[in-house]
Amino acid sequence: MAHSRVVVLGPQRLQPTLALAVASLGLQGRLAAVTAGWEEREAEDQELAAHLAGRTVNLALYERADGVFRYDTELHQATRARQDRIRRSQELYRVRLAHQLEAARELLRRETRPGYEGLVPSQLEGAILGLRALDAEHVERIRSLHVEFEQRWKPFERESVALQRRELEATLADCAGLCIAGGNVGILLNRLRMFGVLDLLRGQPIFAWSAGAMVLTERIVLFHDFPPQGAGDPEVLEAGLGAVSGLVALPHADKRLALGDAARVSLFARRFAPDLCVALPARTRLDWHELRWSGESGARKLCADGSLAEVGA
Amino acid sequence: MSLLGDLAAKRHIGPADIDAFLRSHRFPLVEGRTVTFVFVGAADEVRLRHWIAGLPPSQIFTRFHDSPMWTLSIDIPEGSRVEYKLEIVRGTHHQLIQDPLNEELARDPYGANSVVFGAGYARPDWIGHDTEARLGEIQELKIDSAAFGDTRDVLVYVPARFRTTRRYPLLVVHDGPDYLKFASLRTVLDNLIHRLEVQPMVVALTGSSNRLVEYANDERQARFLVDELLPMMESRYPLLPQPAARGLMGASFGGVASLATAWRRPGVFGNLLLQSGSFVFTDIGPNDRGPVFDPVVRFMSEFRAAPGRPADSAYVSCGTYEALIYYNRSIVPLLQSTGMHVRFTESRDGHNWENWRDRLREGLTTLFPGQLMMVYE
Repeated sequence: MAHSRVVVLGPQRLQPTLALAVASLGLQGRLAAVTAGWEEREAEDQELAAHLAGRTVNLALYERADGVFRYDTELHQATRARQDRIRRSQELYRVRLAHQLEAARELLRRETRPGYEGLVPSQLEGAILGLRALDAEHVERIRSLHVEFEQRWKPFERESVALQRRELEATLADCAGLCIAGGNVGILLNRLRMFGVLDLLRGQPIFAWSAGAMVLTERIVLFHDFPPQGAGDPEVLEAGLGAVSGLVALPHADKRLALGDAARVSLFARRFAPDLCVALPARTRLDWHELRWSGESGARKLCADGSLAEVGA
Repeated sequence: MSLLGDLAAKRHIGPADIDAFLRSHRFPLVEGRTVTFVFVGAADEVRLRHWIAGLPPSQIFTRFHDSPMWTLSIDIPEGSRVEYKLEIVRGTHHQLIQDPLNEELARDPYGANSVVFGAGYARPDWIGHDTEARLGEIQELKIDSAAFGDTRDVLVYVPARFRTTRRYPLLVVHDGPDYLKFASLRTVLDNLIHRLEVQPMVVALTGSSNRLVEYANDERQARFLVDELLPMMESRYPLLPQPAARGLMGASFGGVASLATAWRRPGVFGNLLLQSGSFVFTDIGPNDRGPVFDPVVRFMSEFRAAPGRPADSAYVSCGTYEALIYYNRSIVPLLQSTGMHVRFTESRDGHNWENWRDRLREGLTTLFPGQLMMVYE
């Protein structure tokens, strides 16, 4: 369910803007922090704490999950089995995706080739519809694996998880906001979902960046146009937590995407339309408030014509 | 018209014309596939000495229009990197020098060569210091080796943000100190790990003062790596235990040592990164490379007859200007026939450290891919 107030920021490591964002909402008191995407380094949050003048309380979701798994081995095994099936489903989806994306790119290459005048657009439209259908099918397939898991194992009703949720709820009740850092997007998503953290909030605003921003969307898109191996096909991981709507979050897009390649930008934007595909370099800020997006200058969206435009333009 | 043609078109070429020409261009001149080497000075003869297999190793310059300038134009395909020296002949005196007009140098254990880049060669952007990359650390260890009956120095690369609670892949590198010095391996690891292109890993950088013997399928080397180095590394560092998380790497004779160790002790190291391996064999008669290669040729005969399955994956690279290209091309289908997953890359380069440096990204990301698509910090 969409959250009432979310601030999405660019990456924070080198040019932190989080404190400014927190101050802009006039928040007082403590701030809960999620750094589970950093995995074993979860507790190494000294820079974040210093940036927020020592106001943070780390929810330690990674550590809590480890504790749950040590105590509740049945849940641990079930979770691993689920993740294994998700991983394999992702592999199979990737096989189909590679072919469909290559087909769409080949159509784009022929768009300006003599003899194909007027023939490509309708074929390309069909190819993009095919990509959207494949992405949607994948999201649904992974969602059904989660539903099956939750119905069978009822994690929130297990004492191992319920105990942690009670503690988290009490901690969050004392916090003015929740800050979600980046890292491994899969790990971060799973830890937030495992404890149902967003459901424990009482309307406090969320500040999120990098992978933290990605997990809040309705659909998590993995991307990198310059991998050392392979074609760098953007792929859907699975549904996100849905705290915000209509956004594909693209942190570090300035480094990870070929934003000057109009064909790639166009295909990306058309495939994920009508969602806003927004490049989120450092110092960017996007606000989700009353179910609408607004962006400060600098936040740019990928457009169907292959260009980039300021959000709101 | 070529740049040299412009100068030649003058009716008289005086010292001032040559000075102006030298000041206004970078040398060697690269014009498409044509590379022109230039030398100015007193000499009876000037030759280009290079190590491109298939070309005469010494090519003679001609005097440019009775001026003190000597030139030589040769065809160098796009993307090439060619190391060379100039041989200056004065009377009976022959002197090998770096090209005085070219500041580009490639260093190796024997000194430095001048280097020319063919059109389209791009210096990788991951070999220089990246201010955003977190830096790994080099630690120094000593290991008493029963295999060799002496004490060996081992340098260990430990990645940035190393944690004892995490477990890491292990890469064992032959000629490790040379890889650090001449192939920028430490910086390359820092950058590729920072970019999430390779996994954070522990790298054992081994060396040998008698590599032509110890790396030529010497049983002691396999014993040293598997029975001595590996247990010591596992006792000191949190390493992943499975073969898929272990690799052997080496260039030239180091490639032979890597393959020979994996062949002698299959199932220990799952990955091989073999650069310009000296995999010389003969199908008939003795080898023509001298006695140093005799144990290599014997090994290759045994290996070709019974390759077994030395590892699960290999990245093999070789320069097309190396005489070893034939042997490296030959070994690829042989490795594939064992069921190994093999990736092979040819580069327009020679048997040198910068060729091996330029292939590190592809090799390391093939064998130890990072979580590029999953991590957004």
